[in-house]
Amino acid sequence: MNARARMALGALLIAALMAPLVPLALWSVARGWFFPQILPATWTFEPWMRAFAARSDIPGALMTTTCIALAASALALLLGIPAGRALGLYRFRGKTLVELALLAPVIVPGIAVGLGIHGVFLRLGLTNSALGVVLVHLVPTLPYVVFVMSGVFANYDAEAEAQARSLGAKPLQVLWHVMLPAIAPGVMVAGLFAFLVSWSQYILTLTIGGGRVVTLPLLLYAQAGAGRNDQAGVLAMLSLAPGLVILALVARQLAGRGMTIGGTR
Amino acid sequence: MAGSRTSATEVIGRGHPWLSLAPALCVIAVLFGGGLVLGLAGSFGMGRGGWSLDAWAAVLGEGRVWRSLGLSLWIAFASTALSCLIGLGAALLLRRRFPGQGLARLLFQINLTIPHAVGALGILWLLSQSGFLARIAGGAGLIDGPAGFPALTQDRHAIGIIAHYVWKEVPFIGLILLANMQSIGDDPEAAARSLGASPFAAMRLVLLPLLRPALIRAGAIVFAFSFGAWEVPVLLGQSSPPALPVLAWQRFTDPDLAARPEAMAIAMLIALVSALLIRAAFAGRS
Repeated sequence: MNARARMALGALLIAALMAPLVPLALWSVARGWFFPQILPATWTFEPWMRAFAARSDIPGALMTTTCIALAASALALLLGIPAGRALGLYRFRGKTLVELALLAPVIVPGIAVGLGIHGVFLRLGLTNSALGVVLVHLVPTLPYVVFVMSGVFANYDAEAEAQARSLGAKPLQVLWHVMLPAIAPGVMVAGLFAFLVSWSQYILTLTIGGGRVVTLPLLLYAQAGAGRNDQAGVLAMLSLAPGLVILALVARQLAGRGMTIGGTR
Repeated sequence: MAGSRTSATEVIGRGHPWLSLAPALCVIAVLFGGGLVLGLAGSFGMGRGGWSLDAWAAVLGEGRVWRSLGLSLWIAFASTALSCLIGLGAALLLRRRFPGQGLARLLFQINLTIPHAVGALGILWLLSQSGFLARIAGGAGLIDGPAGFPALTQDRHAIGIIAHYVWKEVPFIGLILLANMQSIGDDPEAAARSLGASPFAAMRLVLLPLLRPALIRAGAIVFAFSFGAWEVPVLLGQSSPPALPVLAWQRFTDPDLAARPEAMAIAMLIALVSALLIRAAFAGRS
């Protein structure tokens, strides 16, 4: 295939992948855009003004989603970095089993475990609360962090730690001055994508939050279902934003490695 | 690598890998394991006065459940097959230099970061009978009104749902394959070519078998997701029969609490299918 044919096919592929975003973007700057208008008759920023007006639910949902995603990704990093280190550096009996146990939450759909987790959280008093939602978001985010970090630690030179120790560094100093600088880029990638995975959750949030914890995806469907397409368009654009920023930040690091677990689910 | 491993054990030798694994494993065991166990117990009527097989008997004896299962399997098979096929094509396309390759590769990754809910709404507004494509068709004089456009969403064949998964997962499959192609390099194919194989034969007989393990695992992830996701069929699917996850949620939120064990039983069916997938695609890997 020559370069021109590749270019044409590449343009076609990208156009198809971008196509669903077009009506979302158009609705966020349209008023009363209905069949058979191909483009909105009236272009306006009114949907955005209304989205951030005093009585709108959107700022609150934006805040809730951000805080939950920050908390869930921080917790996932805290638990996932040591686990990733163990998987990346050591060979031990039962390692395959551990990997399988951590892979299962990535594969098994949220609704299959969510209904049972609802039972667990009901007994712990965690349903209908943001804390419960943060904890349940560990199910998809934690395995993600562990796998990314185990890849990072597989290429990590633990020899440097031995040298620092032999020069008299204390364990915490080794952790801070030797290990952390070496794994920092990997931690960033893992953290940013854990954030995105939490940011995109739907059914786990709905199951545990019981409709009381309103995140952006939940509000998106609510507004679209109520026929407020312009507000849904704004919500869609807001939901896209962190992914695009994060992609711009880490695109270079991901080239070649690929996103091991595969983006947001 | 072996050297650094032994020394790592010496350095951190104060502990054992299990110590660093314990917190993460405990959280997964309580949340994920606990969720499965309670779901299973709930499906046997636990917490509703004694154990019984009533919910399972009701679920397995209900035609609607089987129709929903069939629909979800169709969605998963079709989405996985198309995603793998188009994803492979995209990876083969994007691996060679052409003007704009860098930009195309960057844009190709965007879908990975888009939440499913956003993509599903975009597909609805793109493909529905009064959607963006229908309006373009109307503008071009191809159809007279919305009814003239084929029903691609909330349709019998779940075309809208499948379109969404393919849209979202082609970049996932494609990027995994691109990463694998990069580590395989050009040498195996070049060797086949120098022995007289055509470019297509080299791709089919040399490159594809090398990509197979990665493709199978990525495909299993796509299958499990498109089989068990809720937010996509709830928006893009027809109401009867609903996809299996939608049916589970309907039972779970039924005002009649007696339907809850049935919801749990359906959830366990979904878990069972994904467990079989994990076994087929991931267990026993090196």
